[in-house]
Amino acid sequence: MCSLRAVIYCLSADAAKPCFVLSFKELLIMLDCGLSAHSVLSFLPLPQVPSQRLAALPTYMPPHLSDPLLDGELKECCGRVFVDSTPELCPPLDKVVEFSQLDVILISNYTCMMALPFITEGTGFKGQVYATEPTLQIGRFYLEELAEWLSAAPRAHAARRWKEVLHLLPPPLCDAHKPRSWRTLYAPDTLARALARVRIVGYDQNIDLYGALEATAVSSGFCLGSANWVIRSAHEKVAYVSGSSTLTTHPRPINQAALRGADLLLLAALTQTPAHNPDNMLGDLCMHAAMTLRGGGSVLIPCYPSGVIYDLLECLSAHLDNAGLAQVPLFFISPVADSSLAYSNILAEWVSGGKQARVYLPEEPFPHAQLVRSARLAHHRRLHEGGFSADFRQPCVVFCGHPSLRFGDAVHFIEMWASNPLHAVIFTEPDFPYMEALAPFQPLAMKAFHCPIDTSLNFSQANKLVRELRPGALALPEQYAGTGAAGRPAINVEERPTLVLRRGGVVRCGVRRRAARGWLSAELAASLAPRELRPGLQAAPLAARVVRRDNRLRLEPAEAVTGGGRAPPPRYEWSAPNVDELVRQLAREGITDAKVEAGTDGCMVHLPRHDTLLHLDRHSTHIFCSGRPELRAAIRRALHHCLPSI
Amino acid sequence: MPDIKITPLGAGQDVGRSCILLSMGGKNIMLDCGMHMGYNDERRFPDFSYIVPEGPITSQIDCVIISHFHLDHCGALPYMSEMVGYTGPIYMTHPTKAIAPILLEDMRKVAVERKGESNFFTSQMIKDCMKKVTAVTLHQSVMVDNELEIKAYYAGHVLGAAMFWIRVGSQSVVYTGDYNMTPDRHLGAAWIDKCRPDLLISESTYATTIRDSKRCRERDFLKKVHECVEKGGKVLIPVFALGRAQELCILLETYWERMNLKYPVYFALGLTEKANNYYKMFITWTNQKIRKTFVQRNMFDFKHIKPFDKSYIDNPGAMVVFATPGMLHAGLSLNIFKKWAPYEQNMVIMPGFCVQGTVGHKILNGAKKVEFENRQVVDVKMTVEYMSFSAHADAKGIMQLIQYCEPKNVLLVHGEAQKMEFLKDKIEKEFKINCYMPANGETCVINTPAKIPIDVSLRLLKAESVRYNAQPPDPKRRRVIHGILCVKDNRLSLLDIDEVCEEIGINRHVIRFTSTVRFEDPGPAARTAEKLKALLSEKLQGWSITISDGNISVESVLIKVEGEDDNTKNIYVSWTNQDEDLGSYILGLLQSIVQ
Repeated sequence: MCSLRAVIYCLSADAAKPCFVLSFKELLIMLDCGLSAHSVLSFLPLPQVPSQRLAALPTYMPPHLSDPLLDGELKECCGRVFVDSTPELCPPLDKVVEFSQLDVILISNYTCMMALPFITEGTGFKGQVYATEPTLQIGRFYLEELAEWLSAAPRAHAARRWKEVLHLLPPPLCDAHKPRSWRTLYAPDTLARALARVRIVGYDQNIDLYGALEATAVSSGFCLGSANWVIRSAHEKVAYVSGSSTLTTHPRPINQAALRGADLLLLAALTQTPAHNPDNMLGDLCMHAAMTLRGGGSVLIPCYPSGVIYDLLECLSAHLDNAGLAQVPLFFISPVADSSLAYSNILAEWVSGGKQARVYLPEEPFPHAQLVRSARLAHHRRLHEGGFSADFRQPCVVFCGHPSLRFGDAVHFIEMWASNPLHAVIFTEPDFPYMEALAPFQPLAMKAFHCPIDTSLNFSQANKLVRELRPGALALPEQYAGTGAAGRPAINVEERPTLVLRRGGVVRCGVRRRAARGWLSAELAASLAPRELRPGLQAAPLAARVVRRDNRLRLEPAEAVTGGGRAPPPRYEWSAPNVDELVRQLAREGITDAKVEAGTDGCMVHLPRHDTLLHLDRHSTHIFCSGRPELRAAIRRALHHCLPSI
Repeated sequence: MPDIKITPLGAGQDVGRSCILLSMGGKNIMLDCGMHMGYNDERRFPDFSYIVPEGPITSQIDCVIISHFHLDHCGALPYMSEMVGYTGPIYMTHPTKAIAPILLEDMRKVAVERKGESNFFTSQMIKDCMKKVTAVTLHQSVMVDNELEIKAYYAGHVLGAAMFWIRVGSQSVVYTGDYNMTPDRHLGAAWIDKCRPDLLISESTYATTIRDSKRCRERDFLKKVHECVEKGGKVLIPVFALGRAQELCILLETYWERMNLKYPVYFALGLTEKANNYYKMFITWTNQKIRKTFVQRNMFDFKHIKPFDKSYIDNPGAMVVFATPGMLHAGLSLNIFKKWAPYEQNMVIMPGFCVQGTVGHKILNGAKKVEFENRQVVDVKMTVEYMSFSAHADAKGIMQLIQYCEPKNVLLVHGEAQKMEFLKDKIEKEFKINCYMPANGETCVINTPAKIPIDVSLRLLKAESVRYNAQPPDPKRRRVIHGILCVKDNRLSLLDIDEVCEEIGINRHVIRFTSTVRFEDPGPAARTAEKLKALLSEKLQGWSITISDGNISVESVLIKVEGEDDNTKNIYVSWTNQDEDLGSYILGLLQSIVQ
């Protein structure tokens, strides 16, 4: 059986920031381009205002090593060693797939597109990039925020030497994964060029991929504009499920029906904190915040400029109102704070039904617009820009990035509040282990709470989803596979063939193709007269000219050999002729001299007068005859009468 | 031959109310469900008894699609769903779903409270009707049922206006609703991809107009308003609450700001703020510029334009008033008109199209006296200006849209017969496609070529490509496959004969013919073969002819030359029963050479 196969390349080691390339039907399709920011934790924070404490940290040098090049690259804080340089990020693996050969990039949500400029700019990339409108807009906010912060305090010297002596360094620095492939962030104009490539799609909009495939973004319920992708031809279907949520929060709910019955299901970006229930964490967060505020302290919530923050603003403000803390101001500090708040309220078509209903009134779907109007929530571009210091009063709640605490204005708040046990920092973003985020600020007197809110599918939800979707095969990153250490949660669907993907790895999967979709011309169709071969199955022989254009297959009438007119459809025979019957039929055609001679596996029929020999066996009849067409026609007619045919 | 049937119940050679029935592939779709603003009796609603004289209407209509919120496109919807009893699906875009009930309620109030009509739908009916509506987003492909698919495109006529692409099986239709091909101050231009529908149903309000450039019209409008107020005149601009009103407000606002004018500008509608709120909420539906700048400055927060109060009608001095409704057929705009019309220094600017029967239509046609139901007669001495601000595509725009989507047929609606005739000619000449313009109640039948999907066995295709690729490339070479067409569960597939035999469990029987031709040709057999090949290549152009080991094959026909050097050669020609056509042709050819 002819079966073309799909190939999946895995380019990211971080299952929450996936990057795959699917090779299918002669197209190279990149699914997500996540940028792993874990690497920034190895670096010293970039303070927005010079910090004496950080500047005064002692330089570190590995024992028994004196390397002048390494001097000043490493600093030590409370027994941990950090790199003193501009933080670097870990983009998807290049060289496994030539980026210039990519045909399409499909992006599932804004947390999985941060590496886009690394893929599309300066690589010769010529393909198309597709994302939903909120993904593009909010992705832009994330990237612009990141770019602004990372370029805030440029370092003259980029530390490189430490990567050469990695094995001599203490943990966890020595365990850094391939630091030589880490890169600093792209320039703003590179970012703008990359984003300008993105084509906007809506949910359930079918996009034609070079005539060979159709791709559709379907709602995944995780964040504004988040999508799962369904890639299909007339006969095959691949579903890419990344960053999905079955919980009810602000985005449109997940569309499961569209994912059902795929030949291959690729699963990525499940929850990063499987042990924590997001609802309970939200409750804990509100409780910790209220306790701290009541005690006269302020609360810092390091976060991204969009996403869970909308839910936090809604829940926390309501909780504080009920707790008698309605006067406590909320601050949202980000270079894109105003845009993020404004945009979220015009994306009515992308929010949950409840929020959508508000638009018909017309009221903003999110209550934060009301919070801004009533001056409960103040948003500012940055700390040290006019306006903020005038507004600022304590106790308060500050929402501010970056969650890694390595750059952004959150660094300043931590430095400012670290020594006061009244204040608290509450971690909600799941991307970074909170103790590592806090490491360069030790010793820390302020309280630290860990309330990760990750609404992505957890393992039992994902297992349930896979069982319901019944894919032909399942592909997933090694982190999710059931082969890991005991006790670790995993995806385990025994009856499905499962492919395990690891960074740099390639797997082939059996999306079987048996047929291609074509279009039959009406003229050709009209010339056919199908007969019933078996109840429910009609058939007719067909000779057709194959026309391929724009990757579409058409069947047109074929011309006859002799030119002019249409070629008659061929006739196919089956079973075996009865020899006596054949002799009778030949006689009817006027051929009366047939002599039958039995052989080992059939028989011979001689027609001496016509200089003709028929050799019959179970599977074939071979006629050796003189060239007269009339005779051939007579024999054919005779055979036709003794053989069933189509 | 499958066909598409279209029957306008409204908008067939008129601009009164849009309601078009579309039937294809066994599905019936209603495109728009509008009411006529010029009538006060049952003639204002479409004649639903046409669809089914009596009994439930739901079984006859598979879905209703509403293109935008103007009442001549959605005004009869509550009547149909709540009073006639349609319970099937209704589709419109999100902004339309948000705004339509407000306009419906407005109209209901005018009809019931001002004119005292009974047997009209109630507020509750409007609400119940809107609950049945499914909102769609742009480009989203919506499966109404297993066979019927619809998809909305941006139309740019008013906020949330959409064109709809509708597909049943392999047949497709695009219905434009009202659209605008030039971006204006708050909306973008209509856009559609090259979807090549079998039929494009286009509006043709401005079928013969080529509108002068946008800027000229705007300057003209501002000049006229400015001149009038400078002389102490009052300017009345009848508008619909949403749509054109916002664009003109943006225009006046920026002009007042720039010229530092102090004359009062009023917007006569309780809805002002609410209406502008809708624009803020659905800013993704406005044009690029507004979308880009809305975070810094919202275009719909007006500084100079104040809400209007009825007591201002008799205020002395200059003023500009935007009042609803737009065709001067009822309500506040009509009241203001009655008061201001008898004075020469005043002016009314009609920024949009007026249907027959309305006061707007009368004064635009130069009526100097207007008589009302209560025998009241008003002299019209004020200046009457018409400015085409209503965002319809002009002739150029319509031609452009046809070029964009490449339909196989065009059908014109929502226009005047004479003008349609002109455009119809133009379309038929320029694009060489059929153009139709049925009148109301007249059914138009359009034949479409069948496009039949078929699953072709990859084994067949692969074998064909292997044969093809073995040959030197030649784009003219015919590529033919032979197989068995199977029809199973109403699906077609083309299979290899062996696949079919396997599927139904029978053994194939191959019939092969071999004939011999004697040929006097001294020399090695291989040379004879070469000679024959050259000859066959000449006669059978476009066929793949190969030779190996002295065996020639012409596609599946084998030719073998045998015989000693310097002797008679035996040429064997062998083919299967399926190739009788080609085999006997080649045999005949060889026989003719020998003789």
